[in-house]
Amino acid sequence: MSKFKNKKNTQLPEISTASLPDIVFMLLFFFMVATVIRNNTLMIENKLPVADQIEKLDNKNLIMNVYAGKPSSRYKNIGSEARIQLNDKFADIRDIKAFVLAERASKTDALLPFLITSLKIDKNTKMGLVGDIKNELRKVHALKINYATKIGEANDNF
Amino acid sequence: MTRRLAPSVNAGSMADIAFLLLIFFLVSTKMETDHGITRKLPPPADDDPAETIIKEKNLFKVELNQLNELLVEGTVMEISALKDATIAFLDNGGESDGLACDYCKGEGDVTSSDHPSKAIISLINSRETNYATYVAVQNELVAAYIELRNREAKRLYGISFIEMKKNLKGARNLNDKEVLRERIKKIQSLFPEKLSEAEPRNQY
Repeated sequence: MSKFKNKKNTQLPEISTASLPDIVFMLLFFFMVATVIRNNTLMIENKLPVADQIEKLDNKNLIMNVYAGKPSSRYKNIGSEARIQLNDKFADIRDIKAFVLAERASKTDALLPFLITSLKIDKNTKMGLVGDIKNELRKVHALKINYATKIGEANDNF
Repeated sequence: MTRRLAPSVNAGSMADIAFLLLIFFLVSTKMETDHGITRKLPPPADDDPAETIIKEKNLFKVELNQLNELLVEGTVMEISALKDATIAFLDNGGESDGLACDYCKGEGDVTSSDHPSKAIISLINSRETNYATYVAVQNELVAAYIELRNREAKRLYGISFIEMKKNLKGARNLNDKEVLRERIKKIQSLFPEKLSEAEPRNQY
């Protein structure tokens, strides 16, 4: 009677998902290699300006991040004046010295001359604050700085 | 002979585990690398700074006021024109006697800079200047130096300054590295970056 088998009941063979884990693992490894762990949660607006004469900062260990900008919408209660952020909290201009010294203490001596301060400053900040930050950095001899920017034509800033 | 097969482990949930890990990494990491304009700050000011006399013509005054207007040597200028003006100033080579700059291709204007090693750019900004404008100006000034250095590097070594810097990062051989480093220093000394930044001004 097999000649008259009911055709409606034949099902498609199941698609094998055995290789799915391999595909996902491949993606996983790609992301593990190509990305770095986020370390700071920004509490300020941080739209970087654009520039085209830029240098890449390769070694993450050597970078000290100083953020500045207006408090983001979640922190409106603090006001709209541009603020500095160091390590997850709002900071005062006087805290920069302590911050740099603490960062230095956490690095080995061999790395100290290569430390770079990356100034991640919102593009709508006034230069007064930036000048104050630079002055503080000069006082602790953190002279290598990097104005963090995005890649683009300088005229796109306006 | 009877063969006993070990029961196969159900790998169905492997994908779920991998997805979990993947999502964790997607959320907790970021892609972008840091880049920007690298500068060096001057060391803290001494109490009694040594008086140095700089000729007026060797000074290139770039000023940014509170309205984000750019003034170069006292006249208003568009930021897009700043690079060419800076190159003209640095590359001028106005000195005619023994110390003349033999690699300069500028006009040799006697009212502009004597020699690239004497030419100083003075950047003054107001406290109210916008950071974006300031970065744009810094960018143009750096671009001017890079262009001149590229030119000299091409003339002396047949390769641009930027390429040399890239090669230095990629170089494995210690000898090559040393040679490259020497060459980069040589080019830098032809057009040394002399940028003075005064304290920001409140008003003028």
